[in-house]
Amino acid sequence: MADKVIFAMYDDDDKLMDGAKHLVSNDVKVSDVYSPMPLHGIDSIIGVEPTRLAITAFMYGITGVMLAIIGIRYMMIVDWPMNIGGKPNFSLKENMLSFVPIFFEFTVLCAAHGMAITYLIRNKTLPGMPPRNPDPRTTDDKFVMEIKTSENTHIKESVLSKLIKDTGFLEIEEKSIL
Amino acid sequence: MHKESDIRLPLILGDKSYKDITDDIIRPIEANPPKTWYILLMISIVIALWGIGCIVYLLGTGVGSWGLNKTVGWAWDITNFVWWVGIGHAGTLISAVLLLFRQKWRFAINRAAEAMTIFAVFMAGLFPLIHMGRLWLGYWVFPLPNQFGSLWVNFNSPLLWDVFAISTYLSVSLVFWYIGLIPDFATIRDRVTKPIYKKVYRVLSFGWTGDAKAWNRFEQVSLVLAGLATPLVFSVHSIVSFDFATSVIPGWHTTIFPPYFVSGAVFSGFAMVQTLMLILRKAYKLEAYLHVKHVEYMNIVIIVTGSIVGVAYITELFVSWYSGVEYESYAFLNRATGPYWWSYWAMMTCNVISPQLFWFKKLRTSLMFSFFMSIIINIGMWFERFVIIVTSLHRDYVPSSWTYFHPTWVDIGVYMGTIGIFFVFYLLFSRYFPVLPIAELKTILKSSGKNYKEGYGKGKGYWDKHSAH
Repeated sequence: MADKVIFAMYDDDDKLMDGAKHLVSNDVKVSDVYSPMPLHGIDSIIGVEPTRLAITAFMYGITGVMLAIIGIRYMMIVDWPMNIGGKPNFSLKENMLSFVPIFFEFTVLCAAHGMAITYLIRNKTLPGMPPRNPDPRTTDDKFVMEIKTSENTHIKESVLSKLIKDTGFLEIEEKSIL
Repeated sequence: MHKESDIRLPLILGDKSYKDITDDIIRPIEANPPKTWYILLMISIVIALWGIGCIVYLLGTGVGSWGLNKTVGWAWDITNFVWWVGIGHAGTLISAVLLLFRQKWRFAINRAAEAMTIFAVFMAGLFPLIHMGRLWLGYWVFPLPNQFGSLWVNFNSPLLWDVFAISTYLSVSLVFWYIGLIPDFATIRDRVTKPIYKKVYRVLSFGWTGDAKAWNRFEQVSLVLAGLATPLVFSVHSIVSFDFATSVIPGWHTTIFPPYFVSGAVFSGFAMVQTLMLILRKAYKLEAYLHVKHVEYMNIVIIVTGSIVGVAYITELFVSWYSGVEYESYAFLNRATGPYWWSYWAMMTCNVISPQLFWFKKLRTSLMFSFFMSIIINIGMWFERFVIIVTSLHRDYVPSSWTYFHPTWVDIGVYMGTIGIFFVFYLLFSRYFPVLPIAELKTILKSSGKNYKEGYGKGKGYWDKHSAH
């Protein structure tokens, strides 16, 4: 069997969802879905793992708070303790309260930017990257399901095309992968 | 699909499809701008250039060209700074807090409000920088290694907290805004025909594809950013209030300042959103997406925050008397009856009395009245900052240094100039960027669109009869 990618296009999100459910219940592996907006519930149907980006945000946040504590301790306590209005900086513990605002801001700064950069890299969305959606209409009002024959070798090709036909697609396109 | 209660007024009016949403929002970008846009842009550019001229004059001559004197060392500069930061609080609040509360009506205003936030914070940041006098040394506010002399910035100082708070707020808001814009830029990229547009939007859209995993990550990132931005919004204006609250000036060192400033910021931010959105919806024919119900929701937020501000003013007055501290009592008595009585009563009328009119349903659902009120609130909130800053300073402990502040043409020029620069940015944004979140509006079409709601509950024409109430 030649290795092919099948793109089935739908004009409604509910049709695509029902179609995906139908295919998956018949043991077809749907490799991806392209849509103009987030489709709630599609992840569990086609088996997309939940993202771990929130965990990275937490880790970046921890890094941020650590950096802020180390940095402020070095600058204000170790390197150049200031005596302001008779309230000198001789210990981190005693001065902690007035350092809290910057601890907080720096934590948020690191968590937000760290997560955003990770998100852009993981999504392969960076300035100048080429778009990879199969049809320009998928960012407007069309929904496309991607099925690879290489992932569905356990199903006969005629059965597969019958199953896809049952989903009531609008257009279908097949591409051979070289 | 999430079903919404039948009696809830639909958020998207008219018989809209996914395609219509794309068309309605991208059409103004593809079409040639109308003449009024050019006229407004020209006016804004002229005002902006005048403002930049004033800033250049100020930097060349010195901060003395402002009307400041030995007693009133802070006046319009910091008033404008706090005013712009306050306005800059609505955007991220709308996107972040309303996202956490799953308020779907935010989609009518979040994109433009976030843009407003970013431009407003730019304008705010300008004032402390030019107040330094030597703008080019502005980077000295950051903790830099010691080749500049063995002294670090003071991490105990609220002014330094402000540096960190404002720069964090600006950059996080920018990231939040842009992450939401990426899928919409992709929609424009896949649609426009002009080659130059195609190229530019291709770069701006970062190669967005819209596959299932990307959307999954998109939603997670939006949620976590909202979770981070919510405490950030509250912290930023609390820290701005610490600039005053941690000082020893009667009228400034009050513990009520953080919550009072935060609600004042939200109050003025929503007012500015109203001012801008009511014009935008008319100019871009977005009546189906932003209608009376959205305006009413915003007006309700204005009543709540306006009332908090009102209670704070009265609490301040009461405590100044109840504390028994003469200086404190005098500061407040002087505000209301001293030489600046007019600014105090302008503030009281605009911020305390006028928002209470929104208790009348007729008034809060009137677009004309809401627009008028939004201007009044913007003015009132400027006066609030003026009252706090100037009336507290102009009476010193030593009566011989009592004085009155007169703004110079440079004060006025710089302030007007920032309004001009702001509108230049905003007009360019409304021209080349999607003013509503296209992808996110599509997610609520089936649960809150008028045609879909009629399909599963009310009969055809039901909302036309009932939407005006």
